[in-house]
Parts: sequence; C-alpha cells; structure tokens
Amino acid sequence: MTEPLLSTHGLKAHYGDFQALFGVDIDIKQGETIAIIGANGAGKSTLMRAITGLLKNEPDAIKLRGESIGDLSAPEVLERGISMVPEGRRLFPSLTVEENLLIGAHTRTGNGVWNLASVYEVVPVLKDRRDHPGTALSGGQQQMVAIGRALMSNPDLLLCDELSLGLAPVVIKEIYASFPTIKERGASVVVVEQDIGQAMKVADRVFCMMEGRVTLEGTPEELSREEIHNAYFGVSA
Amino acid sequence: MSDQKNLTRLLQLFALAGLALLFLVPVIGSRALVQDLFGVLTLFILAQNWNLLAGFAGMVSVGQQAFVGVGAYAMFACVILLGLDPVIGIAVGGITAMILAIPMAFFSFRLAGAYFAIGTWVAAEITRLCFAQWKALGGGTGTSLPKGTTKTMFGVPEIKSWLGGSSSAASDALTYWLALILALATLIAAWLFLKSRMGLGLQSLRDNEEAACSVGVNPTRLKAWVFMLTAFGTGLCGALLFIQITRVTPEAAFSVVDWTAFVIFITVIGGIGTLPGPIIGVIVFYFLQRLLADYGTVYLIVLGCLGIAVMLFARRGLWGLFTEKTGLELLSLRQLPPEENQAH
Repeated sequence: MTEPLLSTHGLKAHYGDFQALFGVDIDIKQGETIAIIGANGAGKSTLMRAITGLLKNEPDAIKLRGESIGDLSAPEVLERGISMVPEGRRLFPSLTVEENLLIGAHTRTGNGVWNLASVYEVVPVLKDRRDHPGTALSGGQQQMVAIGRALMSNPDLLLCDELSLGLAPVVIKEIYASFPTIKERGASVVVVEQDIGQAMKVADRVFCMMEGRVTLEGTPEELSREEIHNAYFGVSA
Repeated sequence: MSDQKNLTRLLQLFALAGLALLFLVPVIGSRALVQDLFGVLTLFILAQNWNLLAGFAGMVSVGQQAFVGVGAYAMFACVILLGLDPVIGIAVGGITAMILAIPMAFFSFRLAGAYFAIGTWVAAEITRLCFAQWKALGGGTGTSLPKGTTKTMFGVPEIKSWLGGSSSAASDALTYWLALILALATLIAAWLFLKSRMGLGLQSLRDNEEAACSVGVNPTRLKAWVFMLTAFGTGLCGALLFIQITRVTPEAAFSVVDWTAFVIFITVIGGIGTLPGPIIGVIVFYFLQRLLADYGTVYLIVLGCLGIAVMLFARRGLWGLFTEKTGLELLSLRQLPPEENQAH
C-alpha cells in the first residue's frame, strides 16, 4: 500500500476554550480530488486552517508524505507543498491582479509548472486585467485570482475553501472547469463545499463532517443520497 | 497615455535637476540656507523611515525618538569617551540603534495596534531615563562635544580649503552633504526593498496578515527586519543631527515632539504609504515653519488643524491627491514579473 500524500491522525483544534475538531482522521492520496462537505459550523474550514498551519497542533497529528508537520507555521507548511485558496478569496486590496499572483510565488525557489504564463493560459481574462486592483474584479474573477495565487507556489496539494460561496452557478461551473488542468499538472486537490451536487461531480472521494467529526466517507459511487443526507444533517438512520 | 508618460518623464527630470541643485547648495548658497536644508533633509530621513514602518509595515511606532537619542548618545560616547572621529560615531550610532531595536521588538511585537504605539513610546521613555543616568555623558543635564571637534572632523579641512570660508561653514557643508547622501540612500533603499519580493510580502502583510501568512509570508521575520533597518536609519540620522547641534541632553535627544510627532505630521500630510509622500510633507512643513515662525504656539495649532484636515479629506495625503488627479507616478512600486525584471 502506498503512503498517502497527506494524512491526519486524531486531529483536534481549539479556538480558546472552544473545541472545533474532535479527532479527525482523513487521508489524501497522490493525484486524488477530495471533497469535504458539511453544514455551517461542521469544522470544514477549521480543518483547512489546521492543515495549512494557521492553527497549531501536535506534530504527529498531520503528516505529509510521512513527515510530521502538525506544529509547523503556515509559511513552513507552504514551503513543503500545501497551499490554500481561503474562504472569501482574501485578495490583497493594495496590490494589482498580477502582484496578487506574484505574491503566491513568495516562497518558491525553483521552477515549476505554474507561473504567470501558465495561470494566464488557464484564465486569459486575468492577463487582460493584470494592472487592475485585484478587488476591482467580479467575484468569479477574484476567485480565479485566488486560485492562481495558490497555484503560483506549485503546490503538491491545493486546498480550496468554499469556492462557490456567493457566486452564480454559471461562474461556479467556469471555476470548476479549470480543475482537470490543475489535476493534469500534478496537484492533488481538496475542495471544501456546502454544495453537495458540485462536490460529488468533481471528487474521487467524499468526507462528510458534522460538529467537528468525520461522519461519512466514501466514493461518490459508493454513497447513497440518503446516507449523505443523514450524515450532513445528523439524522440517525 | 503618451501625454502622461511625457509628464512623468518631465517630473523625473525635474526631480533630478532638483537633486543636482541640492548637491550644489553649499557651493552656491548661504550658510543659513545650508543649515535650514540640513534640518529639512534630516526630517525627511526620519519621516521616510517612519513611513516604511507605519505606512508599509503597519507598525505605528510612537517611540522612534529612542533611536534618534541612542544614535546621538552613541556618537557622543565615541567622540568623548573613545576619542573617535564624529563621522565614525555616526556609523556607531546607527548600529547601536539597531541593537536597541532587538529588545524593543521582542517586547513591542507582543502588542498590536494602539497598544504597540503606546508600548514603543514607553520603551523610548525608559531608554531616555536610562541615558539620563549616564554620568560620563553629563547625566540629566547632558554634555557638549569638545571644543573644535566638528572643525577638525574627517573631511572638514579638505572642504574648507576647497570652498574657502570658515571651518564652521565647512563643517556645516560636510554634515549637509552627509544628510543629503543619507536621504538619497534611504529613498533608494526603501524603493528597492519595496520592489523586491520582501517588499511585496510587506504590502500584503499590511493588507491582511492571515492571508499573507497563507501565501508564505513570515510576518514576525519581515516586521523584525523592517523594525531593525528603520532603527538603523533613524539612529544614523540622530547621530548626524547632533553633530550639527554639538550638544546633547536627554530631553532634546529623546524628544517625542521633535523626532516623532513632527515626523508623523510630515508623513501623513505628504502621503503615508507612498515614497514621494514624505518629500512633499517635509517641503510643506518647512514652508509652514518659515511662514508661522513669528506666531509662537499658533504654529502648532495650524499644523494640528492641517493634519486633521488631510486625514479627513485626503486620506492618502497631498501626494495621493496629486496622483489621483493627474495619474502621474514617481517611484512606482509596481512589481514586474521575473522575466520582465530581467529585461529591464
């Protein structure tokens, strides 16, 4: 059995006295697309923050290719190949579109498949608006800048937190249309979604979370609509 | 568009001509003008350092006078206690200020926002009280440079023989040129730093610290670098200032009004977070000072009112207002992709 790219082992997370994650175990294989679904407050974003080092943890709670990374800072985690598209995009308002992309390569030392040219190739509209402030774009374009920024570090694992939040269905479709290219170029992807239908379309495996715990796991083919409904809303079978 | 490019080119030429003229001032201008412009240049150096700290790194320090004072005292210690040349004392002043920045950062970085501002102020006051205990340099009443020190310091006899006139005038010319070089070095270093990868990280940090962390920016390391480098620049300037004053006291060297409040005013009215902002700010400040010199405290009231008006109606300062209306840019911080950078 091959070692997973990333795995969590009894991952817990706290905001002060409030415990948000209660022993989460997930694993992500090389080249896989994982969807994490769940209602508001299920702990999906907290899980992303913990993996990316924005919330400190026990060293062995998170392993990347077998290396313990749970206690590393966000920049150290990024250097090891995990980058995130944060919820709400969080573009830098004083920077242009191009500068927002360039800052994504802040920690990069060598060459990789993702650079300005390849990001512009996937999203040509960004090249036309490269000198505009990032926050002056439409919501969908801003989301593409955020994805491009995360790709600029040439990650092995791309975490996307609530990509479709506040966007029109046609825009969401356009954004997800870029995913096959991202996968082709070697990155594994984790998508945090509230939109179950969208998550099932793109994912190889799905994890459903509720109240800080994983309540269901399987491939889209394995899981029935009823099972997902029950796990998502916490209904006992 | 090409009109705008031509205007920008004209502005750059104008700035270069102004710079050339500034270098010639000790040769063609009066001694009073040299002394006045020395004051302007040193205030500009302090303002640009504070601008980097507050305007670009988001660290609103009210304790920069600590570095001015430490720079000044280190220079006096070099001259009086070690018998070194004051010009060497300037370098020692900068290094000493940078060393002081290490413990100051250690404590103040645990604070944020208004607490950071208050913390730096308290640290500066503690530093002032410590230096007031240093008996070898006059304690609370301060001390003066030994008679004739500035007239014989490195470069003064050569300048005197070249320009003619008195040794005091040559000493003023030397400190003026040192201030001009330091001002230029500060501006170029700030521009190069902000155009670098670290500068982009710094600007992202100012916009959103958590998002900056998630793209790999290390906030503590970057802020510590900026804090120490600006302390170094401020310390150099402090030492230079007090070579010209030739007397140091804890009150004068650690004055929050002279070395921090005026500096904040200059940066805010000129344009905080822009490199040309402090240049505009210091020019406005100089002319206001001249204009209102005979009106006593009215001068401070007018400065305060102007500062408030700019904060209310032109948040990006006079330079921001100018660029908004004209679209002209000077010392642009726009990042170029690596391949374009190599081509330039």
